[in-house]
Amino acid sequence: MNSLILQIASKYVRWLLVIFSIIVLIRGHNYPGGGFIGGMLAGLSLAYKGFAFTPELLKKEIKMKPEGYIGLGLMLVFISIWPGVFLKTALMEGVWFTIPIPFSEGFKFGTPFLFDIGVFFTVIGVTVLFLFSLSHEKTWK
Amino acid sequence: MLNLLIIYFLLALGIFILPKQLKYQKAIWIAGVQFAAFVWFASKIQFISAEKAETLLITWIPELGLNIEFLLDGLSLAFALLVSGIGALVFLYAHSYMKSYEYTDKFFFHLFLFSGAMLGLVLSGNLIQLFIFWELTTVLSFFLISFFHEKEVARKAAFQSLVITFLGGLGLLAGILLIGSVVDSYSINDWVAGSEKIKESNLYLPGLLLILLGVFTKSAQFPFHFWLPGAMQAPAPVSAYLHSATMVKAGVFLLARLSPALGGTAEWTFIVPLFGVITMLIGSYFAITQTDLKAILAYTTINALGVMVLLIGIDTKLSIKAAVLFLFIHAFYKASLFMIAGFIEKKTGTRDLNELGGLIKSFPITFGISLLALLSMAGLPPMLGFLGKELIYEAKVQSPGFGSLIFIFGVISNILMFAVSTRVLFKVFLGKPKNSYTISKIKNGLFVLGPGLLVLLSLIFGIAPNMFGKWIVEPAMSVIYAEPVKVELKLWHGFNLVLLLSLATVAVGAALSYILIKKVWVEEQWRKVNKIIFPVRFPEVFSIALEKFVAISVSKTKVLQHGYHRYYILTIILFTAVLLWLQLYLTRGWHLETAFTFQPLYISGLVVIVILSVLFTVLTRSRIAAIIAMGVTGYGLALIFLYYSAVDLAITQILAETLTVVMFMLILQRLPVFAKLSAKATKIRDLIVAVIFGSAMTILSLKAINVDFNNPISGYFMANSYDKAFGKNVVNVILVDFRALDTLGEVTVLVVAALGVAALLTSKKPKT
Repeated sequence: MNSLILQIASKYVRWLLVIFSIIVLIRGHNYPGGGFIGGMLAGLSLAYKGFAFTPELLKKEIKMKPEGYIGLGLMLVFISIWPGVFLKTALMEGVWFTIPIPFSEGFKFGTPFLFDIGVFFTVIGVTVLFLFSLSHEKTWK
Repeated sequence: MLNLLIIYFLLALGIFILPKQLKYQKAIWIAGVQFAAFVWFASKIQFISAEKAETLLITWIPELGLNIEFLLDGLSLAFALLVSGIGALVFLYAHSYMKSYEYTDKFFFHLFLFSGAMLGLVLSGNLIQLFIFWELTTVLSFFLISFFHEKEVARKAAFQSLVITFLGGLGLLAGILLIGSVVDSYSINDWVAGSEKIKESNLYLPGLLLILLGVFTKSAQFPFHFWLPGAMQAPAPVSAYLHSATMVKAGVFLLARLSPALGGTAEWTFIVPLFGVITMLIGSYFAITQTDLKAILAYTTINALGVMVLLIGIDTKLSIKAAVLFLFIHAFYKASLFMIAGFIEKKTGTRDLNELGGLIKSFPITFGISLLALLSMAGLPPMLGFLGKELIYEAKVQSPGFGSLIFIFGVISNILMFAVSTRVLFKVFLGKPKNSYTISKIKNGLFVLGPGLLVLLSLIFGIAPNMFGKWIVEPAMSVIYAEPVKVELKLWHGFNLVLLLSLATVAVGAALSYILIKKVWVEEQWRKVNKIIFPVRFPEVFSIALEKFVAISVSKTKVLQHGYHRYYILTIILFTAVLLWLQLYLTRGWHLETAFTFQPLYISGLVVIVILSVLFTVLTRSRIAAIIAMGVTGYGLALIFLYYSAVDLAITQILAETLTVVMFMLILQRLPVFAKLSAKATKIRDLIVAVIFGSAMTILSLKAINVDFNNPISGYFMANSYDKAFGKNVVNVILVDFRALDTLGEVTVLVVAALGVAALLTSKKPKT
């Protein structure tokens, strides 16, 4: 697509979307949001660039391949399911601890959150992979 | 016992770790391991007797009867000694035999793994476990037969034996499950204990038949006997090990093992001996007209297997004694004869009886060994084979039921066996040396060591059978007979009816072989007559049946897998809808108790908009309009979710909807111009399908409101979300904590779908 407005806007909107998606991911445990929604938002932010310019440009400039996102996500999910076995009683059981942050209650971090981050990255990867595959140059006649 | 098996399987892998330069030398190492196992088993002889057995039970899933169970009693000890002892000799032999071949590592790996599997089979105390080892031997046998895989005959023979024994294996598994359900256990001890219950149950006969299918295919009984001569394509060590001493005896072993649990009924004593007799006759009858040395040995093996099955089927004290004795006799002489056949083939380049002759001058030692082995096969003193034959005659004379018939067939079979033995001896070793072969200069190496030892054992046990009878035959026999018995073996039985019969057998057999050796035309005419009497060739029937089966499968698959995406979807949707409606119909499920209440105007209005946009999507002729209208549907739904305070759901819906629209747009640019291709009938059909499916889903979701779970789990989630999982957002806590496993599954599905899409869309189109 060749829209100047879209192209210029994408520069700023994209990063806004990314930041927003991370906020959604983090607040997910207590308020509406979470890894799945955040992942889709982040995926959309990448798609935005693909639309504003061309998918080929996005393919060239993207830092990590979508397969990489998927791999990272699945790995985080995989890691997150184990502490429960060793520290508690069963696979996937939540293990929580608080990261102390001065002048506040501290940040609660746990394996379910890690799991959510894994979902986040997996969904980004899946979304981008869909977009890439669909925009793949190919004659369909 | 478990440790021993683990050692076997680990060392089998170890073959690949040993340095490459060793090549065929590795066989010596393996032979050493086998010998150590043999010594270990031999040291157990003193602890095992009619009353004593060693067991090992490791429970795994006791609720399903799946346990690891080992049983070392007289019967399994006898087989384990055979497997490990002959295994050691076979590997020594293979050291010399495999010298000239490549891929010896693979060969040794398979062969060694096979001995491990075979040991596992005979030591198993649980029938499911036994079945696993049983199938393992089948698979390994396939690899071993197809060692010369560049030859089509070898591949075909391997495949044939694989299919037939797998077929039997399936039957065996079904039989084990059937009878296992009667006594609610797969443990052999439980089966023996519950023998009465099994025999009274309705499942006894079908279960027995299925198990016998497994036994008969494995042990090459009629009408499955034909795979064994085909399997002679294997290298000689394989024939000597698998197809004479061990694998084909697995069926006999299982028959003996289950005899106390299943045997002794009218069905057993009719079916088992019947097939045994037929197999016995077929084996000896076809052995006599063969000219290929290994084929002769294969058919005589079929004969021997028939004899063993027959004896176990007769199920008297005497017959079982004879069966156990004959098991060893046959293993001794047949393994050594196979090894000698391989040796002769290596040396002369042929194993055709008509091309061989006068080998006595070149190989005096081999001649001596063969003479003794053939004496044992013919059932002459002073070999162990004589004892066996006398016992078998006695057992047949005393067998109940249609004993006299069995007896007559037994005599005929023995006459033929005698003739076969003498014919082989004369044709190969005596007579004038022919110039149809040249003797190559391979070193004799370890070729004759194995056969020599086996024949020597046969001779020693023949002359002094008492220790052998007491330590080996007695415990094994007691297991099969299910009560302690005393065994005393004697070479000389005195003048009686059986001895007279033996003399008659020798006389007629000698006459027959004399005719066959002197008059070659008799043999040729005989073969011609055979062709007329037996027009059906089993291997051919088998391959034709297989081809037909494949053809039918192909045509059926073409109908089911037509390749039209729309029909696949149609099938899936229609099938689901019909199932749903069937259930709704059967339970009168269409009666709804939902009371419709009025909702605020903006929600009702939203519903109307959603419905309208759906209608628009279906009816519009513009693709873009259709996609946007679909988007309207999705966003409208999201708003409805939001109104009923499902915030997470609404956000997800909005984002998913956005992504869907984006993706549709991407596809859109690539589609051809919109055209109306569907005929009116197609449209009506699609409409009907849509109505059926849509109505089912509607009723289902309306019903879902009223489903009254006894204890709704949502309460638990609400109560514990913050206390136990530290999250205020219950939906998210459910997703990542309470029901994280579900999410894991969903994420996996998502990834698989994405990879599938990527593979489909980005791969290059195959050339058509």
